[in-house]
Parts: sequence; C-alpha cells; structure tokens
Amino acid sequence: MTGKSTMDSWARFTPQQRMKRYGSFFVLALTVAWALRSIDVIWEWVWDAPIQLFDLFDRMVPPDPTNLPSILEAIWQTINIATIATFIAVFLSLPVAYIAAQNTTPNRITLWIGRFILVSSRSVNTIIWALLFVAIFGPGIIAGIIAIMFRSIGFLGKLLGEAIEEINPEPIEALEACGASRFKVVLYGIVPQVMPAFFAISILRWDINLRESTVLGLVGAGGIGIILQGAIDTFQWQEVSMVLLTILALVIVGEVISTTLRKKIL
Amino acid sequence: MTAHPDRWRKPHMIESPLLRYALYFGILAYLVLTIATLPIDWLRAAEGLERAGRIFNGAFPPSFDRSELLISGFLESLKIAIIASTGGMLLSIPLAFMAASNISPKPIYYLGRGTIIIARSFHPVIVAIIFVKAVGFGPLAGALTLIVYSIGFVAKLLAERIEEIDFGQVEAVRAAGAPFLSTVFYTIFPQIMPRMIGLGIYQLDSNLRASAVVGIVGAGGIGSTLANAFGRYDYDFALAITMVIVGAILISEAVSGVIRKRLL
Repeated sequence: MTGKSTMDSWARFTPQQRMKRYGSFFVLALTVAWALRSIDVIWEWVWDAPIQLFDLFDRMVPPDPTNLPSILEAIWQTINIATIATFIAVFLSLPVAYIAAQNTTPNRITLWIGRFILVSSRSVNTIIWALLFVAIFGPGIIAGIIAIMFRSIGFLGKLLGEAIEEINPEPIEALEACGASRFKVVLYGIVPQVMPAFFAISILRWDINLRESTVLGLVGAGGIGIILQGAIDTFQWQEVSMVLLTILALVIVGEVISTTLRKKIL
Repeated sequence: MTAHPDRWRKPHMIESPLLRYALYFGILAYLVLTIATLPIDWLRAAEGLERAGRIFNGAFPPSFDRSELLISGFLESLKIAIIASTGGMLLSIPLAFMAASNISPKPIYYLGRGTIIIARSFHPVIVAIIFVKAVGFGPLAGALTLIVYSIGFVAKLLAERIEEIDFGQVEAVRAAGAPFLSTVFYTIFPQIMPRMIGLGIYQLDSNLRASAVVGIVGAGGIGSTLANAFGRYDYDFALAITMVIVGAILISEAVSGVIRKRLL
C-alpha cells in the first residue's frame, strides 16, 4: 500500500479499494432490492410465517410412533432403492468414464459422446428424472431406481473420469512396451490406480442417493416419501414428525457409515 | 507362504479369501433377496416402452409457444435464488461463528453444529413440502426452503474455514485490548473473506438449480411451471422447460466457475 507517512489514522483500504467495495455492495443491494420488490409474495404472509411455523411445530410434537413398523419398512425400501441404484449405476458409469477421460478415450468423437452423457445426466435433477420415469413406468420403485441411476451415472462418470485423467502414465507405457493388449493395459495399468478413488466415489454417491431417495416418494417413485406425503395430506402432523425423525436418523447413520468406509479406503 | 507359484497373479484387494468370498456372497444374497421381494409391478413396467414412445412423440418438437410463462417462471426462480442466497449468507455467518470450535464456547458450539446438521440432513424437497404447508404455495415457501438449504452448506464450510484461521492475529489484536467485535472484523473476516465470497457465488448457482426442483412440490419458480406442464401431459412444453433449465444451469455453472477462479 502506498501509505503516506503523514496519514493521521490507519485505514485498511486505499480510497480506490474502498470505492470498488462500495460499488460492488451497491450492485449487490440493487439486485436484492429488485428481487424483493418484484417477487410475487404476499407480504402479510411473510410476517405471519413465524407464527404459522411455530403452530405447525406445536402440532408435530410429540411424534406419534403407532405407525413405526410401516415407516421402518418404507425406510428399508428407501435403503434398497438407493443401494441397488448405486450398484447398477457404478457398472454403467465405468464405460462412460473410460470414454470421457481424455487420456483413455479412443478418439475425439467418443470423448464428446462421453461428455454429452455426463452433462445431460448431471444437469437434470433426480426429481425431474423421477417425474419422467413415473410417467413412463408408472408409480413405484422401478421409476425411483431408474431415476437415481440416471442421475448417478453423470456424477460417478465425471469423478471417475477425472480420477483416470490423473493416473500415472508410466505403468501404462511399460505395459504397452511389453506388448500387452488394450484389455490388459486397462486391467493391470489403469484399474489398480483408480481403485481407491472408485470405491470412495461410489460410497459418496451411495450416501447422496440415500438422501435423494427419501424424496422420491413425493412424486410417486417409492420409498419413505410416499408415507410422508400421505401423512401430510391427511394432516397427521405427529406422524409426519415421526417420519422426519427416522429420515434424520437414516441420513446421519448413512453419513457416518460412508465417512468411516471412505477413511478406511483412502 | 510355502512354494512360490510360477505365475504372478494380481494381488486381491481383500487378502483373506474367506472374507472376500463371504463379501461376494453377501452382496449377491442381498441383491437376489431384495430384488425378489421388492414390490415391483412388472406388468405395469413392461408397458413402459410403449408409453415412453408416446411421451417422446408428444415431446418432440419442444414447444416454445408459451414462452412468457417460461420466462416469468424462470425469473421467479432467479429471484428466489437471489433472495435465498442473500438471506442464507446473512444467517450462515453468525451460525458459522457459533459452530467454529476455536472461537465459541462448548454449549454454543453444540447448538451451532446441531442446527447445521439438521439443516443439512433434510433434502430441500422435504423442507419445501413442510414450508408449503406452513406458509402456502408460492415463491415464499421456495425462498425459505433454500435459505435452510444454504445454511446447511455455507455455514458448515465457513465454520471449517474459521477453524483453520491463523490464530496469531486474533491473539495480537486481543492483546492490544480490542473488544470482541473489532477482533472479529479485523482478524477473522479478512482471513475468511475469499472463501465467503466464493461460497456465496457457488451457493447462488446451487440455489438456482435447487429452485427448479423445490418448485415441483409447489414452492414457486420454474419447477412449478414444469410440474404443471407434466401434470397436464404437455410434454412438448415440459421438454422446452427442461431444456431451458439445463441451459441455465450450464451457463450459471460456467459463470460462477469463472468468477470464483478470478477471485481466488
């Protein structure tokens, strides 16, 4: 900073820096003001919202465990949806990752095909996929499993492709120099290098899928969401809170399992 | 280890063969049992191909006839995302300070961590459906939902950043006799500012994505438009909406990536 020695008091920023900061604050404030002014909200409802929320909370306690057996059954179904979908998606994402990684893809066209698959799978959310598959396969678990699978392929393929791009090329050159076939190069040169990343990514996605499969039921694609939706529609708020508590437990247990497993692998 | 084998074999990931085969068998048994017992309506699913054909026939070509509905829905999503990101950031900062173990006392720390864990655990769609019931359909429920969603993400990462700060500066300013707020503003904020701005921009991008989703359960924005189009079997309009969502996500991802790269 070009501080003058005669400056009376210390300041953190030069005047120019300060103008820049005020300028960006001003733009930010303007944007927020535009959003707040033009959004279609009835402001009386906003001031009323805390009262409504506390009222709802009041009706939720204490949680009502009478329906616990069917809730737990739905939770088990939710776990199965997440696990099976992750399992299938892992296998489907392998070839996609292989062609979407710059160093293993056969040619430019396959690279772009791979990238296209990844981007289209990743930019459509699981719920939107679920809407589509419920319309195709009818309400039920199948739609849920396929929706989660479609979303997972993009995630797994992208991260796995990045892991493939980061491998050490020397073992591959060595294998190629000995005349190993393409298949053997993949099996002995690439697979051992990306194995830890592969398991870590799969477990991470399983954890995310566990969360996502709790909401599939809200669009009719199976799992705990169906019970939640039913309880909300019939205003059984105490059952709703019971369902929410089980979901909370499920998600926390899933996260604990996935972090310990990933720590073990890496 | 008795005689060395002639041929080299790839070492297995799990050494003990017993554990390895037990694991294989366990996975296989799980898959067979669950797939056999899942309540799947195979007959209904088999109709899927024909229905998929009908849906895709209806969806092509995408129809932009009602583009004003599309634009207004999208603008609403954008407004929800802006409001939720600002509100979420404002709430996340104090919460992150509460949840940083190096500056807050134990009881406050647990309160902050607990809030973050609860905010993180519920999928935004679940939060949205509760808010829709509490405050009615529309963008208000969406904005509240995404504020909760932002807290779960921003406060967690910001708290981790605060825990990593260089504490020497804090001690120096404290030793000079600065009160609590001055300490925070002159030692902690300068250290976490880059991360905070980066998180804010990322969260704006992420909220825009999520607002397309929470709309499906009635929380306003483009998601509501999409759910309506789907519910009315307007597949060509639904495809147009999905294309716009995907395009917007790609653009916002690119923009936020560029800004974050230039800032950091």
